[in-house]
Amino acid sequence: MENMVQTAMQNVNFAAIMPSLVLTCFCLALLLLNAFVKRGSTSYAAFFSLVALGATACVSYLAWDNPQFGFAGQVALDNYAVFFNFIFILAAALSILMSDAYLKREGYPVGEYYTLILFSTVGAMLMASGTDMMTIFLGLEVMSIALYVLAGFFRRQLRSNEAGLKYFLLGAFSTGFLLYGIALIYGVTGTTNVADIGSYLAMNHHLVSDPILVGGMILLATGFLFKIAIVPFHMWTPDVYEGAPTPIAAFMSAGPKAAAFAAFMRVFLIGLGSMHSTWVGMLWVLAVLTMIVGNFIAIKQTNLKRMLAYSSIAHAGYALVGLVASNAVGVSAVLFYMLAYTLMNIGAFSILVLAGKVGEDNLTLQGFAGFGYKRPVLAVLFTICLFSLMGIPPSAGFTGKFFIFAGALNAGYVWLAVIGVLNSAVSLYYYLRVMVYMYFRSPEEEFDWVQLKPGATLCAVISVVGVLVLGIVPGAVMALARHALF
Amino acid sequence: MSEHILSLMTFFPLLGMLIILMLPGGKGGLLKCTTLVITLITFVISLPLALDPVFKTSGAMHYTEFAPWISVGDYFQMNYSVGIDGISLWLVLLTTFIMPITVLSTWQAVDKNVKGFMALMLLLETAMLGAFISLDLFLFYIFWELMLIPMYFMIGIWGGANRIYAAVKFFIYTAVGSLLMLVAIIYLYYYAVNTGGVVNGFSVTDFYNLNLHPELQKWLFLAFAFSFAIKVPMFPVHTWLPDAHTEAPTAGSVILAAVMLKMGTYGYLRFAMPLFPDALQQFLPWLAALSVIGIVYGALVAMMQKDVKKLVAYSSVSHLGFVMLGLFALNNIGVSGAILQMVNHGISTGALFLIVGFIYERRHTRLISEFGGLSKQMPVFAVIFMIVTLSSIGLPALNGFVGEFMILLGAFESELRWFAVVATTGVVLSAVYMLWMYQRVMFGKLDNPKNQNLKDLSVREICIMLPLLVFIFWIGVYPNTFLEKMEPAVNQALSQISGEARAQTYIPVCTDAEQQGKCPHTYGVDAQGDADLHL
Repeated sequence: MENMVQTAMQNVNFAAIMPSLVLTCFCLALLLLNAFVKRGSTSYAAFFSLVALGATACVSYLAWDNPQFGFAGQVALDNYAVFFNFIFILAAALSILMSDAYLKREGYPVGEYYTLILFSTVGAMLMASGTDMMTIFLGLEVMSIALYVLAGFFRRQLRSNEAGLKYFLLGAFSTGFLLYGIALIYGVTGTTNVADIGSYLAMNHHLVSDPILVGGMILLATGFLFKIAIVPFHMWTPDVYEGAPTPIAAFMSAGPKAAAFAAFMRVFLIGLGSMHSTWVGMLWVLAVLTMIVGNFIAIKQTNLKRMLAYSSIAHAGYALVGLVASNAVGVSAVLFYMLAYTLMNIGAFSILVLAGKVGEDNLTLQGFAGFGYKRPVLAVLFTICLFSLMGIPPSAGFTGKFFIFAGALNAGYVWLAVIGVLNSAVSLYYYLRVMVYMYFRSPEEEFDWVQLKPGATLCAVISVVGVLVLGIVPGAVMALARHALF
Repeated sequence: MSEHILSLMTFFPLLGMLIILMLPGGKGGLLKCTTLVITLITFVISLPLALDPVFKTSGAMHYTEFAPWISVGDYFQMNYSVGIDGISLWLVLLTTFIMPITVLSTWQAVDKNVKGFMALMLLLETAMLGAFISLDLFLFYIFWELMLIPMYFMIGIWGGANRIYAAVKFFIYTAVGSLLMLVAIIYLYYYAVNTGGVVNGFSVTDFYNLNLHPELQKWLFLAFAFSFAIKVPMFPVHTWLPDAHTEAPTAGSVILAAVMLKMGTYGYLRFAMPLFPDALQQFLPWLAALSVIGIVYGALVAMMQKDVKKLVAYSSVSHLGFVMLGLFALNNIGVSGAILQMVNHGISTGALFLIVGFIYERRHTRLISEFGGLSKQMPVFAVIFMIVTLSSIGLPALNGFVGEFMILLGAFESELRWFAVVATTGVVLSAVYMLWMYQRVMFGKLDNPKNQNLKDLSVREICIMLPLLVFIFWIGVYPNTFLEKMEPAVNQALSQISGEARAQTYIPVCTDAEQQGKCPHTYGVDAQGDADLHL
């Protein structure tokens, strides 16, 4: 016993959890600060959160090419984790930028909102750096519980309540699956450490088809795929995105999704790498289903938040193609794609935040008729984000898809790539339709309620610049993603 | 300076677009003048290319520029690699030449949101020039897709009554084809990498030397050919064209007809045919049949149109069928004729769309039945219209004759003899629909009172048409100016297609799962192979 404690103590390496630690400290400080500041003003909290994220980014950067391991192999702050940390920090920062004016408009200027976003980011970072199933589970819970609250944050709105409750019930259920999966895998391999599972299965190759292990793998996948919103575990997405505060929908579609991808890829490629042939077929089918369902249902949507929700399902399907490829190109393409998707999707959401009225009932296709003439700059920013979501060059969405499909083709999955690009073609229709309303229809409203709030405008501009930079010179970032592979 | 002439020419309009965006939006005249100056400067920049005698002797790429662009370790290498030979030379010049003319044509036609229109025109010019000079398939694809965006907005915002349908149809048709081509491009790249071929980015000249298995060529060729066939457009994927042409504003129609359709035929000649020569041979009769169907079908449908613009649009289907037939003849005279006909079609059909624009601006209708007897009222217009009509039909001494004659001659000398016989009826039919249309619009009694006070062409309008008329006669009387510079390049392309230029051994493919271990950068997936996977 004493010996074990000693081993654990030797393994304490705070540098390995430093980003989470720093952000947690800031979170707690912000929580205290909220208690002392009068209600009604939250700009200070937004500013404080941005500083906190900046500090976390700096701390994360210290670990680039300087990997930190600790806590008996439970945590690894390697390049992979650092790359994902930057995605989470970016997603959180951009969402916070657009939140301040939004919360005031909707009548919920509450500082705890920011604390919850930051806590959710802490959880995401733990997931990305977790190398033990328990750490990953812990991160997932920290991230999700904060999100459950955030989804239902507008407590006087039925829609938001529904979103929170739905997300909570289904999320709790799926976490149960995840935990059960961990338990079954533990039962077969005797460890929860991802690397140990990997080496154990590699040495005992006959276990790979063990029904308990396969069952555990499927349950584990269910838990992760629920968070990523892969068909058939996508049902919650449209309702939650529609009901949740718009910046939270933006954040959920980028940060937590990337976190689930980070953990999913680490567990499946390292821990269950020996079972590749078992899970790759399953993921192939799910990727195809996800792309098809997401894109085809998006066609029917008239509410833009719901449309973006279905589009985010479809995009998760594209990203899954990279994991199916399971080669270095494909996996680093997933990293790149997560970053690209964060930028283009949050950019699109920030325009919705700017263009919405109180209650956001005007965020429909019809509500955007003639937007391009009344608000030309915002419309151009929106258009660039939409072209990027379509995958038209020169944009981050194009290069991201290019890398993903390149990975798939390099691994020999020609049909998967063909299905993927045909799905992109389907998606053209509903993205183009937004532009049809914005530019090809006469304005019915003056859009005089639209104000260029500095935070949200900055968020849109940063996103669009990022989208174009990643679209024209993606080489440097893709090289980083390549370097970030475990 | 001269070594960067292509980049300068391509990106100058983009720079111009930024200037336009900074100008105040209310001043339409200023915006139009600035755009005109920018396009004229671009034309001047491109002129030395036309005067360079090097194209007479060498079919290789000239004015090449090369710079590494995207480089991700051993994953990808994309380069900024551009250059022109005698084939792209004339298409580049056609583009820079037609742009100032289209800008001039917008003087009265475009009055809403001039700033947006001009910015899109300049963006479109950059994209089109970029596509013609790209020697890297990835770069080509970027420009190819980029072209869609400005044209989509030009049709959708400034188009006619049915513009939304036309714009969306145009975008989706073209994008579907090009997405499949993208898969083929990536596949080709990895094939080159995995077979240990010379890989310098997505360089098309290196890909020419790949020895692809015929079965593989078949699929890749289909992906490329489908994409380009939509753009040409070949029967039966032509249906976007009448809609887009009819609904687009005059400037948009002119650019579509004069330049963008040539992307498809150029794509065949530069990419689809030389990259996959075996597959080309396999599909040749089918493609030639589709071309001939396009020729006859386009002409017959054109004959029955009530709308002048739609008639010209369907005549494009017919004319582009000739171009394709010339390319598939696979001999020097046919291919040269096809390239010349690309230029001819750009000039003649561009001029026809301008003419339709002139009468539309006066009467706000394009229905043939609304007109009649205009020749008395508008004598200058009647002369110019007549010349252009005859040029489109292919009257000797005018440009259309030379192109069509060479194409038919080439096709007749090749294996496509009987196709050429059927295609010849297209020449007759084109005389029928064009002259019949001309007769109904220009001759007869001036009985519609709305036509009584029509003004003849203004000086600006004559200035627009004059340069086109010059080339209609020049190419018709002395086509050698153009032919002599494309000949070496055509021979080069033909030797590529006939396979003389490549080695004859097949290298095995390394894409299947069984060979994954041997391929570079692939994760091992079995117990032995997961050396890459540890933390």
